[in-house]
Amino acid sequence: MTSNVLHFHTDAEIHKAAETARQTFRSGITKPLKYRRHQLEQLWRLIDDNTDLIIEALKKDLHKHKNETVLGELVPAKEEINDALEHLEEWAKDEKVVPALINRVGVTCLKRKEPKGATLIISPWNYPFFLTIGPLVGAIAAGCTAVIKPSEVAPHSANVMTDLFARYLDNSAYIVINGAAQETTKLLEYKWDHIFYTGNGTVAKIIMRAAAQHLTSLTLELGGKSPAVIDEHANMTVAAKRIAFGKSFNAGQTCVAPDYVLITAKAQDKFIKELKKAFEELYSKNPQNSTDYGRIINNRHFHRLSKVLHENKSGEIVIGGQTDEKDLYIAPTVIANVDRDDKLMEDELFGPLLPMIQVADVDDAIEYINSKDEPLALYIFSSNKKFANKVMDSTRSGAILVNDTLMHVAEGNLPFGGTGPSGMGSYHGKKSFDAFSHERSTMVKDLNPVSEAAMSVRYAPYNDTNLKVARLVLESVPRFKKSFVLKHFKWIVFALIFGIGFKRFA
Amino acid sequence: MSELTYTPIDDIPQIVQELRATFLTGLTRPLAYRKEQLKGLHNLIAENEALFKESVYRDLRKPPQELMAGETGAIRQEAIDAIKHLDQWAAPQSVKTTLLNRMNKPHIRKTPLGTVLIIGAWNLPINLLLAPAVGAIAAGNCVILKPSEVSTHTAALLTRLLPKYLDPRSVRIINGAAAETTVLLEQKFDHMFYTGSGNIGKVIMAAAAKQLTPVTLELGGKSPAFVSKDVDIAVAARRLTFGKLFNTGQACIAPDYLIVERGIEQELVKEMKLAIQEFYGASPQTSQSYGRIINKNHFNRLKRLLDTTRGEIVVGGDTQEDDLYIAPTIVLDVKLDDPLMEAEIFGPILPIWVVDTINEGIEYVNRNDQPLALYVYTHNMKLADHILENTRSGGAVINDSLIQFMVTALPFGGTGPSGIGNYHGKRTFDIFSHERATLVKNLGMQKALTISYPPYTEKKTSWLDWLLFDKVKYADNAILKGKL
Repeated sequence: MTSNVLHFHTDAEIHKAAETARQTFRSGITKPLKYRRHQLEQLWRLIDDNTDLIIEALKKDLHKHKNETVLGELVPAKEEINDALEHLEEWAKDEKVVPALINRVGVTCLKRKEPKGATLIISPWNYPFFLTIGPLVGAIAAGCTAVIKPSEVAPHSANVMTDLFARYLDNSAYIVINGAAQETTKLLEYKWDHIFYTGNGTVAKIIMRAAAQHLTSLTLELGGKSPAVIDEHANMTVAAKRIAFGKSFNAGQTCVAPDYVLITAKAQDKFIKELKKAFEELYSKNPQNSTDYGRIINNRHFHRLSKVLHENKSGEIVIGGQTDEKDLYIAPTVIANVDRDDKLMEDELFGPLLPMIQVADVDDAIEYINSKDEPLALYIFSSNKKFANKVMDSTRSGAILVNDTLMHVAEGNLPFGGTGPSGMGSYHGKKSFDAFSHERSTMVKDLNPVSEAAMSVRYAPYNDTNLKVARLVLESVPRFKKSFVLKHFKWIVFALIFGIGFKRFA
Repeated sequence: MSELTYTPIDDIPQIVQELRATFLTGLTRPLAYRKEQLKGLHNLIAENEALFKESVYRDLRKPPQELMAGETGAIRQEAIDAIKHLDQWAAPQSVKTTLLNRMNKPHIRKTPLGTVLIIGAWNLPINLLLAPAVGAIAAGNCVILKPSEVSTHTAALLTRLLPKYLDPRSVRIINGAAAETTVLLEQKFDHMFYTGSGNIGKVIMAAAAKQLTPVTLELGGKSPAFVSKDVDIAVAARRLTFGKLFNTGQACIAPDYLIVERGIEQELVKEMKLAIQEFYGASPQTSQSYGRIINKNHFNRLKRLLDTTRGEIVVGGDTQEDDLYIAPTIVLDVKLDDPLMEAEIFGPILPIWVVDTINEGIEYVNRNDQPLALYVYTHNMKLADHILENTRSGGAVINDSLIQFMVTALPFGGTGPSGIGNYHGKRTFDIFSHERATLVKNLGMQKALTISYPPYTEKKTSWLDWLLFDKVKYADNAILKGKL
């Protein structure tokens, strides 16, 4: 099966890809750092050499402006690659661990950073390049092989990735497979050593269920309804501008877009006025004519959004509301005074619709947020530390951003991921490397008869003396039960152990 | 004798709901609260050593020293370490960043997950239930404990003692078997921690998938021990014997089978026989230091292995059903298709596979599921490295057995079918926490931000690129120039 742009792979091709990824991993070629470094450099060149091609593909798929492509996809992707290249040795080297005293004698403890194996990366349509390359950087850096399944919903991007990955990367280690639900189901039948999925919760449950069959570890980057809580004393002009920007970027099709707003009645009117001004500044009075404003990805999502916009039982549209099916255009739209259980408040909107819910105060806002699933991001607009801290400390979310939207994604040193239904695991920077690695705890001892003697207390035949001595050595006395004498007695005990040990073993 | 009462199935959803509601009140968030709970957990063990001695003896005939080293001592230490380090573990972690972002103070806040489920196992009925609990409580979660019903006496004892030491608003025990566990798995949890078999692990993960609940699965597998020719046989023999027979072989990281280089197997068997005698005397069945098989099911399973193996039983082999006793047993010259090589043994039977080259052993290990532990006995560190480089396993120990479990600074867990995630020490705290990425900006400096906003221009784009990101230019691909 095939769409008219993208060729879908057959079962045989999928089987071959899975087998190849597994065999290549077993061959060990992806393990040397030199190899990984080379593949990462190739990935960087892939982006650098083909920027125009990629911009073109995203324009076709999402009417994405060049600036959003460069700043929202390509530059962050390159940053991830640079980060990995700069820190690869540091991330991959054995990490020494210092154990408790008894275990320090004649033992080396360390954590080896080893690749998990052959992995599967499934990416979405909204930031198709960044959300494919980001995880792929982790897989390559960690020494894994990967089968990559880009979203067929952004077919031009998928095509470009298929072609470029084949040309720039080692085809025996990184293989692109294209398809839709059927092909993905087939891919999930195979035994992977890790699955990295970015997308929605419904599909994630299917993926996790499939992963359970093989006890495969997962990273799930999902979504949810990310709220923006507004302190009525905050600077409304700035808050409105930042929220308007965050909501309209990629026409609202961002997993961390501010989904809805919580605001008091007192501040509402001013906020709406500022929002209106903000949208006009960004896209002029008619966003449909602005080259900077994006489009809805396809008919299905367009209809989904129109439906939820026109079937809402509460609230009034105070900004925007215009739609154009042929152009897959939906204006930046704000709906005020929405009921808490309105259809607009059920699922993640993932589009340029911004419902506003009235709250009595910050406690009311907190209660509402806590009544729903943990979101991927939580935005707090306030210059009052107490207000912000209260919201932070009483809620849960993947991330928190105070006084702005979206920006935390670009901070490569912060883990990016959800909690609860918004996701499991995280990545970006070193976390990407970690997601695809296994920390193999390793202890190295010698077979020295002296250390053997020292340890003999642990062997049978067990008796009360052995037990007492072993306890004294292994245990620390808790501070709340501490006795000064006992603390220093340990050193005499060490001598005792050697004595007993020599007697028994030598 | 304490009988174990199963929790009525109808009560289960309500108990979980109560804890979920407690979490939202914020009760478990203050560090002072968590420390008190941890002290309670410490004292639960410390003040009842005699009672636990009796309960595990009844369950497994576990000798007191093994109870202390593997269970009660370890839990007390975990609690002490958690109390000592909680402030540090729970503190927000600042993150290094670019100059531009520094004023936004990026940091990571450690947030509790919510309400978590911990399912224990029967072989270490105290440790495998309470070690995760230490981290879960330290991280600020509400906890449901489900001890294994197979270790009945210990489960009953824990149920009786728990409410005297821990606040029942945030920590509860639920008892039961398959039916009760099924209902438990249908409830909404923010993390499920399971220790046990891979088959049940799959069931747990499938149940977790329904609500996208993250899991930690501590499973098992056949942990191989490589023994090379150059080894000090006497020392290796003692350490292997210790590792195999601790808890009567019923440990997830027991050396399951040996891969021995041809030439030393007879000497190794001789030394192991001596070690067994030294540890347990001429008749292990009468030794106070040797345990028993947990129940008839497992006894029968192990007896069947002894009856059907095609290897040569060179040490032990005797059993007594009404005593659930199986002697320390070594089976020599086992072939790869032997019944003993099919599944994790989890008992005091040690098959020895003799190989001509270590690489044969490596290939075999790689053809099968990644084990939880991998042991190498050798003086040759290059060989040890070669084996580690070419295999995968949860953890690895060169020249000893089991000790990786004791070093809480080393994360303990499997990879592939031997498990997902790991824990012990700070890592337990981490797995029961969410690392919440946080950025705090102020509402000033808006003009500076307009550079990122529409209307987009070429000028804006280049400025922003220059401001935010490094400029690196890599030379052309050396491979294509034949230079690599």
